Amino acid sequence: MSEQLPAILLLSPLFGALITGLVGMTDHRRCFPILATALTVSLFCAISLLAQVVKSGPIDYFVGGWDPQRVPLGIGIQLRIDGINALLLVVITTVALLTSIYSIRRAGEENTEKTPQFYMLSQMLCVGLLGITVTADAFNLFVLVEVSSLTSYALVAMGSKPRGTMAAFNYIIMGTIGASFYLLGVGYLYMKTGMLNMAAIHQILSDPNVGHSPTVYVAFILILVGVWTKMAFFPLYGWLPNAYSYCPSTTSCLLAPLMTKVSVYVMIRVMLSVFGSEWIFQSLGWSHTVVWLACIAIVAGSVLALAQVELKKMLCYLIVAEVGYMVGGAWLANHWGMVGAIYHILSDAFMTLCLFIAANIFIKNRRAERIDQLEGLFKKMPITTTGFVIGALAMIGVPPTAGFFSKWYLLRGGIESGQWGYVVALLISSLVNAILFFRIFEVAYFGKNPVESHDAHHDHEDETQPSSVGDSTLFSGEGRPTTVIPLLITAAIIVLLGVFNGPIVEIIQQALDGMPVVGAAIR
Amino acid sequence: MEFIQNSVLPHFNYWVYVILMMIGLYAMITKKNLVKKLIGMTIFQTAIILFYVSIGVKTGSTIPILEHHAEEHGEAVTDTGGHHEEAPGEHESHDSIHAVDPDHFANPLPHVLMLTAIVVGVSTLGVALAISQSIYKDFGTLEEHEILEKIKQGGPGIDV
Repeated sequence: MSEQLPAILLLSPLFGALITGLVGMTDHRRCFPILATALTVSLFCAISLLAQVVKSGPIDYFVGGWDPQRVPLGIGIQLRIDGINALLLVVITTVALLTSIYSIRRAGEENTEKTPQFYMLSQMLCVGLLGITVTADAFNLFVLVEVSSLTSYALVAMGSKPRGTMAAFNYIIMGTIGASFYLLGVGYLYMKTGMLNMAAIHQILSDPNVGHSPTVYVAFILILVGVWTKMAFFPLYGWLPNAYSYCPSTTSCLLAPLMTKVSVYVMIRVMLSVFGSEWIFQSLGWSHTVVWLACIAIVAGSVLALAQVELKKMLCYLIVAEVGYMVGGAWLANHWGMVGAIYHILSDAFMTLCLFIAANIFIKNRRAERIDQLEGLFKKMPITTTGFVIGALAMIGVPPTAGFFSKWYLLRGGIESGQWGYVVALLISSLVNAILFFRIFEVAYFGKNPVESHDAHHDHEDETQPSSVGDSTLFSGEGRPTTVIPLLITAAIIVLLGVFNGPIVEIIQQALDGMPVVGAAIR
Repeated sequence: MEFIQNSVLPHFNYWVYVILMMIGLYAMITKKNLVKKLIGMTIFQTAIILFYVSIGVKTGSTIPILEHHAEEHGEAVTDTGGHHEEAPGEHESHDSIHAVDPDHFANPLPHVLMLTAIVVGVSTLGVALAISQSIYKDFGTLEEHEILEKIKQGGPGIDV
C-alpha cells in the first residue's frame, strides 16, 4: 500500500473531480465533502511521503510498473519524490485544503450555478500542480503544466466581472506561449539525447561533447523563457495582475499562492535534475546576468506595487517581486541561495494565501477595494486584521515569521557569492514592503471609524448584506467563521514555518546533497 | 542561391516551422481581433507539431510497424533460424535476429507525443473560444481596442 502513495496522491483529487461532476450537479451541497475528502487523502499521502523521504531517501515510482530493472530507462513515466518536492506537495495540498474551507460558502455566492464546476476545476488544478511537482519526465511535465493552466484559465474566467474574462483571455495567450516554448525546448533536448526521462537526459548531457552542443543551449533558453512566462518573471508578467485581481476571490486564493511558486519549482527542477548545476553554473555561466534580471524584477515589482491604489492589485505586483527573489536566489550559484529560494517557495505560498484571504474578506465585508477604504478596520474586525498583519509582517520580513528566515537565507547566499546588486535589491524591496504595509496599518488602526466617515449610502449597503455581518457572536463584525478560520490557520503556519525553519532547511539540504553533481558544484 | 541549397533545402521542415511559428507569434501579438489572435495561437502550436514530426523522420525509413509477432521475435533471439523479414523489403534484410534496425523505421515517439500535444492544443482552443464568447456577451465586440475603450469608460457592470 505505502509504495503506491505517489499514485494515490494524484488519483485522489482526479477521481474526486469526476465524482464531483457526477454527484455534485444535482445537489451543490455534496460538492464540498467530496473535495475535502479527496484533498485530505492527498494531504495524508503527502505527509507520509515526506516522512518516508526524510527517513529513507528519495522515492522512485514507476507508473504502470515500467521498472528500469526490467526494461531500459526512459520507457514509461517515472515519478520521483525527494525532500524538496515532498515539502512542496504538503504545501500544495494544505493550501488547497485551506482554500476549500474558505470557499465553502463563498463559491456558492460568487457563482451560484457553477459551484460544482468550481469544485471540479479546483481539484483538477491540484492534480496538475501535484503532478508537475512529482513527475520525472520532461514531456509529462508539459502535459501537467497544461492541465493546471487550462483549469486555471477557466477558474479565472468564472467570475461575473467582465474584466476577469478579458484577463483570462490574455492569460491564455501568454500561458500558451509559455507552455509552447517549454515544449519546443523539450523537443530540442529530445533531438539531442533521445530521452524524455529527466535523469536519463541528465546522464547523457553530462558528457561534455553532448552538453556543449548549441542544440542544448537553445533547448535550455527555450525552456527557461517558457517557464519564466508561466511564473510571471518581470518582463513577462503582463498577464498576472489583471488575472489575479479580477477573478473570483476563491480562485485568487487558490491560484495566487500556488501557480507561480510551482513554476519556480519547475525552473529549479529543470536546472538541477535535467541540466545539472555544474552545466548551469559552470558551462553556461549566466548566473550574473540572470541575477541582475532578478534584481530588476524585484525592484520593478516593488515600485509597481507602490503605485497601486487597489489592495489586490498591489498584492499581485508583490507576487511579481517575490518571483524575482526566488529566481535570483536559485541563480546565485551558491548553496544558501538555492536553499533560500526553495524555502521561500514554501513560505511565500502561505504568505500570499494569508494576504489574499484577508484582502478578500476586506473586499467582501467592507467593500474596501482601495487601500484608503480600509480606515478604522481594526476596530471593526480585529481578528481578520490581525491575520492580515501577520501575513504583512512576513512579507516585510520581521522575525519570527517565515518571511524573515527565507530572506535571511537569500541574503546570506547573496553575500557569500558576492552578488551585491541582489542584496541591495532585496533590502530595497523589504523597505518598500514596509512602506506599503505600514501605510495600510496606519489607515486600518488609526484611520477614522468607517461609520463616521462613510456616508449613509455606504452604510445602507453594508446593512443590506446580512451575510457579511457575523454568523456567530464570536465573529461579529468579522467575516464568517469559514473564511476567518483558514486565515488564522495560515497565519499560524507562517509563524510555525519560521520557528521550525531549522528542520525544514535540513530536509532541503539533504535533498540537495542527494542530487547528482549538485553537492560538488553548489557546496 | 548557395545558401538556399546548403542550408534551406536540407532543413526545409525546420525553416517552415520557424516561419510558421513567427507568423503565429506575430498574429498573437499584433492582431486586434480576439479570434485572429486565436488563429495565430493555433498556427503557433501547429508549427511546434511540425517541428516534432520532423524530428522523427528519417530518410528512407518506413512506418514503425513490425511485420512479425512479438513472440516470434522473442523466440528468434534463442533460435537463429530463418526470420528474415524484420526489416521491411527495400533494404537489405538482416540475418542477425534482434536486429530491428532502427534506421529503417521512423521514430514513432515524437509522433505519439504530438497526439497529446494536439489534444492539449484543441482543449486550449476550446477554452479560449468559450472565453471569447463570454467576452462578446459582456462587451458586444471582439475587437481588442473597442473592449479596452469600454473598460476605460466603465460601462454597466464594468467596474473601472
